[in-house]
Amino acid sequence: MNTSVSIAGVEFRNPVMTASGTFGSGMEYGEFVDLNRLGAVVTKGVSLEPWSGNPVPRVAETYGGMLNAIGLQNPGIDTFIKRDLAFLSEYDTKIIVNVCGRTIEEYVGVVERLSDTNADMLEINVSCPNVKEGAIAFGQDPDALADITRQIKKKAKQPVIMKLSPNVTDIALMAKVCEDAGADAVSMINTITGMKIDINRRRFVLANKTGGLSGPAIKPVAVRMVYQAAQAVKIPIIGMGGIASAEDALEFIMAGATAVAVGAANFTDPYTTVKVIEGIGQYMADNGVDDINELTGCVTDSVPI
Amino acid sequence: MKIKETATIISQECLCRNVYSMWIAANAAEHALAGQFISVYSNSDARLLPRPISICEIDNTNKPGKIRLVYRVAGAGTEEFSHMTAGDRLDILGPLGNGFLAPVPDKITPGVVALLIGGGIGIPPMLELAKSLPCSVVTVAGYRSGKEMFLTDDLERAGKLIIATDDGSVGTGGTVIDAVGEAKIAADMIFACGPKPMLKGVKDLAYNMGIPAYISMEERMACGVGACLGCVCESTLVDDHSKVNNKRVCADGPVFDASEVVL
Repeated sequence: MNTSVSIAGVEFRNPVMTASGTFGSGMEYGEFVDLNRLGAVVTKGVSLEPWSGNPVPRVAETYGGMLNAIGLQNPGIDTFIKRDLAFLSEYDTKIIVNVCGRTIEEYVGVVERLSDTNADMLEINVSCPNVKEGAIAFGQDPDALADITRQIKKKAKQPVIMKLSPNVTDIALMAKVCEDAGADAVSMINTITGMKIDINRRRFVLANKTGGLSGPAIKPVAVRMVYQAAQAVKIPIIGMGGIASAEDALEFIMAGATAVAVGAANFTDPYTTVKVIEGIGQYMADNGVDDINELTGCVTDSVPI
Repeated sequence: MKIKETATIISQECLCRNVYSMWIAANAAEHALAGQFISVYSNSDARLLPRPISICEIDNTNKPGKIRLVYRVAGAGTEEFSHMTAGDRLDILGPLGNGFLAPVPDKITPGVVALLIGGGIGIPPMLELAKSLPCSVVTVAGYRSGKEMFLTDDLERAGKLIIATDDGSVGTGGTVIDAVGEAKIAADMIFACGPKPMLKGVKDLAYNMGIPAYISMEERMACGVGACLGCVCESTLVDDHSKVNNKRVCADGPVFDASEVVL
C-alpha cells in the first residue's frame, strides 16, 4: 500500500501535514505526536524581522469553529533558522516554511535567507486576513498575486506553494494565476474573515474586530474551493480547512487535493494528525486502495447503486 | 509531562452562585503543581477549544490521583461542565503551564512569610499553593459579597485567612489591597491570581513593600500548549522565545514575576 505523495519533486511519506500557524514549528506538539510520522510540518509564518502580532484577545470560539487574529507574531527569520529549523532538522519529516511579509521585498528577503537551508518547500502566505499590510493584499488581486508569485519564483531555491485566501470571488482564477506565474503548488484555504460580538458588553470579542474563521464550520467551503481549483490547474493542491478526521481529509483528496493539512483540530486534540494518517490507511485497506494517489480528484457525479 | 486523557468525575458541588467544585480522577495529578492549569474539553463537537481551568487542589494519595477544579460558569462550555455528575467522563489535557513555584528562586524557607492574594475566581489556585508552601502563609481573598464566598473553610485550614468584599458585607470593605493595608501584613513575597486591575494593584503593592510578586495571568487561549500564540501578555523586556515584547501565558506562564510583565 502506497501512502506517499509527490509535490514538485518532493516526496512526502504520507499526505498529512500541519496547517501553518496551528503547530508552531512542531516543538510543542512534538510532546504529543511523533513528528517523524507526519508527511510534513508546515511552520508558523516567518518574516524578515520579528513581528509582535495583534493585541489580545486574539482568539474566540464560534459554533463549530474559531476565530483568530494573531497577526503573524513570529521571532523573525534569523531566530527561526537558528532555533526552529535546527529543531525540525532532527526529524525525518519534510519541512515546509511559511513565509510572510509586508512588501514583495520582505517576502523575497525571507525566501533568499532560506535558500541555503534544509527547508524542503516554501509556502507563501498571501492570504492572512489579520495584518494591515502584505499577506491578503497580495492574495485578493490577481495581478498582485501573479507579480509576487513570479518575483518569488525568480529567487526561490525550493519549490513554491502559494497559499490562497478563500476571501475571493473566484478561487479557480486565483489558482490559475499562480500556476501561470510559475508556482509549483497551491494550498487552500486560509481562514475566512469573520467577526464575533459580545452582546452583553456590546463589544467585539477580538481586539482586531475581525479574525480568520477556521475549524469544521468552514470545511464544506474549503472542499468546494479545492474542487473548483482542481478543475482549473494541473499543479498539485494541498487542501485544508476544518479537517478533524480521516474522513474529512479524504473528502479533500477526492475533491482534488494531493495532500492535506490539519489546523484548528490540533487544538481540540493534539493527536489529530496521527489519527488522520492512521484513518487514511484504514480506509485504503478497507476499500482495497493500493495507492493514495488513485484517490486524488476521484470524485464523480455518478451515484453508485 | 503533558497528556490528554479521559478523566472521571468523582464529585461535583455548587459552592455558591455560578461557582462549582469538581474532583476528577486523572493521571495528570501525578505531575501537577500549584498554579498550573488543566485544559478541559467539551463533549460537544460545536465547541472546539478547551477551557483552561486552574488547579485548586491535588491529591496523590491513590493512583490515579485526584485534581480539584473550582471554576465559574462563564459560558456554554463551563455551563456544560457544571451539569456533570460523579461517574461522568471528561477529556482533559494537562498539567499545563509553569505553576507558582517555577519562577521562584530558592528563598522559601520555613521562616519566611508568603502573602497569597486571590480575587474572585483567581482564589482557587491559592488553596493548593497555601497547602504546598513550606512557610508561613497569609491568604487574602477578595469576593464580591458575603453571599458569594467560597473555599473560605479550606483556606483557613491552610493558613491565616483575611477576607475582603466589594460590598463590605464580610471582612474589609473594598479591595484585597485595602485588606492588606488594613491588616498591616508584613511578608517576604506575594503570590496572586485575579483580574488584571487587581494584579496591577498587587504589582504596585509589592514594589512599595520592596518584595517580589509572582502573578498568575489569564488570557483567552486556543491550544494551551504554546503553539498558537493566541494568549500572549506584554513583557517588560524582549522575550527570549518570541523575540518581541510578548510572553505566552499558557506556556511561559501563567505565573510570571510581576516585574516581567506590563499590566
